[in-house]
Amino acid sequence: MILGIDTSLGTAVAAITRDGEVLADEQSANPLGHAEVIGDLLRRVSSAAPAPTHVAVGMGPGPFTGLRVGIATARVFALGKGVPVVPVPSHDGIALGVLLADALTGTETGRFAVVTDARRREFAFSVYDGLDDDGLPVRLSDAALSPRDGLDARLDEAGARRYDATSVSAAMIALAAARALDAGRTLADGEPLYLRSPDVVAAHAPKRVS
Amino acid sequence: MVLMDAPLVLGIETSCDETGIGIVRGRTLLSNTIASSMDEHARYGGVVPEVAARAHLEALQPSIDAALAEAGVALADLDAVAVTSGPGLAGALMVGVGAAKGLAVALDKPLYAVNHLVGHIAADILDAEAGELEYPTVALLVSGGHTSLLLVRDLTSDVELLGETMDDAAGEAFDKVARLLTLPYPGGPEIDRAAATGDPTAIRFPRGLSRASDMASHRYDFSFSGLKTAVARWVEQHEATGEPVPVADVAASFREAVVDVLVTKALDACARYGVPRLLLGGGVIANKRLRDVALERAAAAGVSVRIPPLRLCTDNGAMIAALAAELIASGRRPSTLAFGADSTLPVTEIQVAEDPDAEAPAP
Ligand SMILES: [Zn+2]
Repeated sequence: MILGIDTSLGTAVAAITRDGEVLADEQSANPLGHAEVIGDLLRRVSSAAPAPTHVAVGMGPGPFTGLRVGIATARVFALGKGVPVVPVPSHDGIALGVLLADALTGTETGRFAVVTDARRREFAFSVYDGLDDDGLPVRLSDAALSPRDGLDARLDEAGARRYDATSVSAAMIALAAARALDAGRTLADGEPLYLRSPDVVAAHAPKRVS
Repeated sequence: MVLMDAPLVLGIETSCDETGIGIVRGRTLLSNTIASSMDEHARYGGVVPEVAARAHLEALQPSIDAALAEAGVALADLDAVAVTSGPGLAGALMVGVGAAKGLAVALDKPLYAVNHLVGHIAADILDAEAGELEYPTVALLVSGGHTSLLLVRDLTSDVELLGETMDDAAGEAFDKVARLLTLPYPGGPEIDRAAATGDPTAIRFPRGLSRASDMASHRYDFSFSGLKTAVARWVEQHEATGEPVPVADVAASFREAVVDVLVTKALDACARYGVPRLLLGGGVIANKRLRDVALERAAAAGVSVRIPPLRLCTDNGAMIAALAAELIASGRRPSTLAFGADSTLPVTEIQVAEDPDAEAPAP
């Protein structure tokens, strides 16, 4: 069993078998409250499935505070179970869901961009084009930030249709991890996809008070 | 089922810039592992919440591994997991809360969500040499994040807030004044070093909230921002004369003002409540001048002082585990999994979200 967790948008936890059957799939659409809900979601999913062999986790991009909750939970849950963590770019999970849904209805997906809100009048986006032989989305460009105004022009240039996502399926995160494991591939390194440096400035000289 | 007697508890603390993992068996300390991001904050002159939260996420797993190795126990041996729910930096706290929930669910062990400030008091019971903590006691907690005066009637059930800082924490005041004197971060040890050769009576800086008119509503509250401004003004006026700033005298006089107001209010609380016991906690207790003045003036007032070992005074996970072990020993049920981070958690909430439906610890 592969347990999937993603808190890059909302909070999602799921369990799938190694060949992709969904055993449990829980989510909270609340864009906040990750820390509050993740324990109960995890307990419900975990008790509805056999012991995990891997824990797949969405590494973002997404609002940092919520994103970290899922990664912290996944890492320490995996530590408790004595199994490895498989990091997955959250956009890969979204793209896999889009491609599988289209395949099911025989729709030609074409080149597309997964777009998620990055706050501060920016979007995060990654460009994909089809599934490869391992059944994984072909990522043409890694997650990057774009000003909201400028995104459509960039996507036109890349010839990519825009796909706005407001949730991430933890089952798709787990499935991407399962396929990557089967193929002996790594989808992301272990670091969160923050895409931004901490928003701070170095200390300046003290202000005058008199 | 958790046995009340000496439960093995792992505590997770991420309320500020220290990632603390502690393991205790009842009142026995097995590991106090701390990873600090202090160096990363130095160039900003203070703790940057986003930098702290990122560092917690990276430090958690290695710190847990190190704590288990030091304690010589396996995760499967644990009776319970404990975590700081607040007060503290929300984004930093959430990393610990997520981790603790992940661990408790993975191990199917009870989880205790506890109050950071009360954890500072619980640090004292891990001091094997100190003997039993007697109640009631006044507790003065001083760090870069908080300055609080508490009346502790019982560690697990009755802690009252007498007063707290209205603006900066004492540790923050040290950092800010250090910057005024162009000393590096963190300011506490730097001010101390500079003050070593200074005259603490050279400049009479103001004692915040210490006037007769403050006694009615702020008798046990603290304020350090006026003091900081007074130091800044004094330094500017002195610079205007073209003379070099007597850094040692300024540092010593500033430190004396902070220490004086802390100790005066703490001993005033002891006298007013008829409690001849004072417990000191928090990272600023590392300041030797504060300890010396507190010990000297407490002795004169007939008040006994307890100071936990300094490595248990700074933020750490052992004190969080110790508090949970005491809660278990007193028969408290675990927390639900539905609590979050509460950056302003009041000190009266010693445990968060106790689950009425959970099994109570077995005697
Ligand atoms: Zn503290």
